[in-house]
Amino acid sequence: MTNQIINDLTIQAATVNGSGSQTANLVLTRAIFHMGIPVAPKNVFPSNIEGLPTWYQLRVTPQGHMARRDQVDILVAFNPATWHQDLRTVRPGGVVVHEEVFSTADARTDVTYYAVPFSKLAKSKIQNDTLRKQLANMIYVGVVAGLLGIPWEALEHAVTRQFLSKPKAVPLNLDAIKVGFDHWQDNFSKKDPYRLEAMTGLVDSKVLVDGNQAAALGALMGGVTVVAWYPITPSSSLCENLIAYAERFRTDPETGEKRIAVVQAEDELAAVGMAIGAGWAGARAMTSTSGPGISLMAEFAGLAYYAEVPVVIFDIQRIGPSTGLPTRTSQADVGFAYTLSHGDTKHLVLLPGTVEECYEFARDAFDYADRFQTPVFVLSDLDLGMNLWMTPEFKYPDKPFDRGKVLSKADLERLAGEWARYRDVDGDGVPYRTLPGTDHPAAGYFTRGSGHDEHARYTESAEAYAANMDRLSRKFETARAALPAPVIDESTGSKIGLIAFGSTHAAVLESRSALAAAKLPVDYLRVRALPLSAQVAEFVSRHERVYVIEQNRDGQVYDLLRLALPPVLVDRLRSIRHYDGQPIPADAITEPLLESEAVPA
Amino acid sequence: MSTTLNRVGLPRDAYKGAATTLCAGCGHNSITNHMIKALYELGVEPHRLAKMSGIGCSSKTPAYFVEAAHGFNGVHGRMPALTTGAQLANRQLIMLGVSGDGDTASIGLGQFMHMIRRNIDCTYIIEDNGTYGLTKGQFSATADLGSVQKKGAVNTFQPIDPCAVALTLGCTFVARSFSGDGKQVVPLIKAAIAHRGTAVLDIVSPCVTFNDHDGSTKSYSWIKDHEESIADVSFIPFFEEVHVDYEPGTVRDVELHDGSHILLKKLGEDHDPTDRRAAMKVIEEGRAAGHLVTGLLYLDPASVDFATTERIPDSPLVDLGEDQLRLTRDEFAQFMSEFA
Repeated sequence: MTNQIINDLTIQAATVNGSGSQTANLVLTRAIFHMGIPVAPKNVFPSNIEGLPTWYQLRVTPQGHMARRDQVDILVAFNPATWHQDLRTVRPGGVVVHEEVFSTADARTDVTYYAVPFSKLAKSKIQNDTLRKQLANMIYVGVVAGLLGIPWEALEHAVTRQFLSKPKAVPLNLDAIKVGFDHWQDNFSKKDPYRLEAMTGLVDSKVLVDGNQAAALGALMGGVTVVAWYPITPSSSLCENLIAYAERFRTDPETGEKRIAVVQAEDELAAVGMAIGAGWAGARAMTSTSGPGISLMAEFAGLAYYAEVPVVIFDIQRIGPSTGLPTRTSQADVGFAYTLSHGDTKHLVLLPGTVEECYEFARDAFDYADRFQTPVFVLSDLDLGMNLWMTPEFKYPDKPFDRGKVLSKADLERLAGEWARYRDVDGDGVPYRTLPGTDHPAAGYFTRGSGHDEHARYTESAEAYAANMDRLSRKFETARAALPAPVIDESTGSKIGLIAFGSTHAAVLESRSALAAAKLPVDYLRVRALPLSAQVAEFVSRHERVYVIEQNRDGQVYDLLRLALPPVLVDRLRSIRHYDGQPIPADAITEPLLESEAVPA
Repeated sequence: MSTTLNRVGLPRDAYKGAATTLCAGCGHNSITNHMIKALYELGVEPHRLAKMSGIGCSSKTPAYFVEAAHGFNGVHGRMPALTTGAQLANRQLIMLGVSGDGDTASIGLGQFMHMIRRNIDCTYIIEDNGTYGLTKGQFSATADLGSVQKKGAVNTFQPIDPCAVALTLGCTFVARSFSGDGKQVVPLIKAAIAHRGTAVLDIVSPCVTFNDHDGSTKSYSWIKDHEESIADVSFIPFFEEVHVDYEPGTVRDVELHDGSHILLKKLGEDHDPTDRRAAMKVIEEGRAAGHLVTGLLYLDPASVDFATTERIPDSPLVDLGEDQLRLTRDEFAQFMSEFA
């Protein structure tokens, strides 16, 4: 046997969509996580209900790398349709656990095979007819546990955790895992180098959360009371989680009354319209969607910008254009969302880079929306939103809601009713508003998407129009300084910097380690909001070359930077783009950067 | 100027708005006046009123009544979505939407239908003139088959009848009227506001500039010749007593959830406004006969609106604070631990 490879491997389970394999995948993930080993799962699934191939990639590293890696160490092959294709993805020296009936006649000779009669085992050893199909997946967990040395205690913990709400399922599933576990013990001897060993330190007090769960919790903690949405992958689970959490935490146990209203709208136009109507009336309101929905929301986004109505819009990005690939990830809505709608519209955009930020930005987005009376877009993506990520537990908020500049009845009495909806009283571009229902004769005003003066009256006056547009720009500048600042690490003292945002963060962290190991340490600035902070230009000015890394074809943030930077800095920018729909791996940054730096431009 | 104060202590002038910018003689201006009368007589508190609209001539009119109230002139055909959101945010608001035939039956048909399907608690008035006035006279989707445009073009498409659509979708309040018939419009507006659920009131309202000529079925003269009212409507609000001095059997009395009453005095054939199939028949027979049937077509007095079905409290969601909206520290810690 060659040298052992401990806690540093990627398992890929190739199954058929709709076969119930996801539960087994999660149990395996939780068992390894319970051993104290960092996990980074990625679910690659089709836009399909049943029958198309699906892959679950579970990466395990002692360093806690969270990005996807292209290389497969251990393949678990269940799907005859993709058997040959799957086999090609395994690295030389890797392991292939496969359904016994799959032919290995012409297959590769540089991998270790373990042929397991999964179907036969399921038929002969699983007595429960109705659940056999689901339970059969658990057999693979047992085999892999045997193969890698996952202790039985970790499996018990994982199954118990997975079936928290269905304790009756625990023994059934453990029995199925035992079938695979025993089969391994009885039939195989270890012929490969891969092992898992319990660790301490890295995953202590960490949890596994996906970004849509995190954002749902964030929205709840941010005080959302009106949610309107239209189902779309990969955003649906955000609102579905929110509904489930609200059922638990926002329902009066005695009266059944809800402290939240949720509407499944007829389309995304209506969904965002409802949220804007609620925001206008003073509620903390939101919708959640993905690219195609963002396209439909363009009209209303302009209204909310111009009429200055708070609303929070989540965009869990998937690949476009058009329908694109609904179950593949991307960061290609950034440019569009930033200026969504016609006629000099621009928006505040939050760019969470971790699930913890999905929680925090979702929560704080409602403060920003109220503070600046404008739509706030939270741009997550499929990778962040639908995959589980290891994260520190989220922090309880330490601030009350910021409801922004709202004049109450008492305020209006104090002002003797003298106020104007769109007047810049404080010089920050942010006007005062009143909420419908405020019992004061001067409270009412007429909100409109047409041209308006300070008092919200219709006007076609050139001066009034331009003055209002200038005030909106001032407001935008106020917001620029208030939004989450970039996270900057200049500890390397390098002349080279990286700029990235969103879920690309995980790959950047890993790539920086690799680059440092290759004697090319790089600084890093992570953009967390648009409009861009002034710190971005300063960061560029302190570096000779700055690589902007993003998951879209056209380098959208690279372009935004080029527009935003002073001309003298523009040429310092380079662009690295990844856009195949799979989460960006570290190699996709490290390799082009090394290549480029070998012959600096 | 009337100085008589209504039950909330306001004169009629408190229900006025900015000066209209619509054409002199526009039916919509009459409807605005009916609105002022109805709101004044009902004693609606201006701060509780939310005036909603889309885009078009009709949608400008919320600026022309109850200036003290909040109003929202949104985007074309999307007033139902804005209304839905605002209503859920604050159930204490009285949602009053004004739309037109283009806004409702073309660009906004989807939202109109889904609002009805959900039974959002609001009044939805369609100021229906069969034409796009602001863009200078194109046909709208409520224009009748064979009706003639000012420049002579003939409409070759079937009309969409908002009342028939509403009935099909289970709308809980469906009425039609004519802008020139204040005696009918005013009590219908009052009843629509008192109704709990979506109240659709299609008011045919001639466009004097683009659709008031021979060959139009939305002109003043055509309507005067073809209007057939199914019953005289009167509305007795909950704060007034009902005095019935009609002959027995000539008047139907429908009580609404808030204790107000709609009294319907038979004119021709007896129509039961709580019978949805009968309402459909009245519409179809009117269409076949070439009449404009007006009056209260259908009403479900037991209507349960969306927010009630969804268990949204009567007190505004807007007023809830951190203590009612955030998880407690203990709940939060427990919840986080479940992700371990």
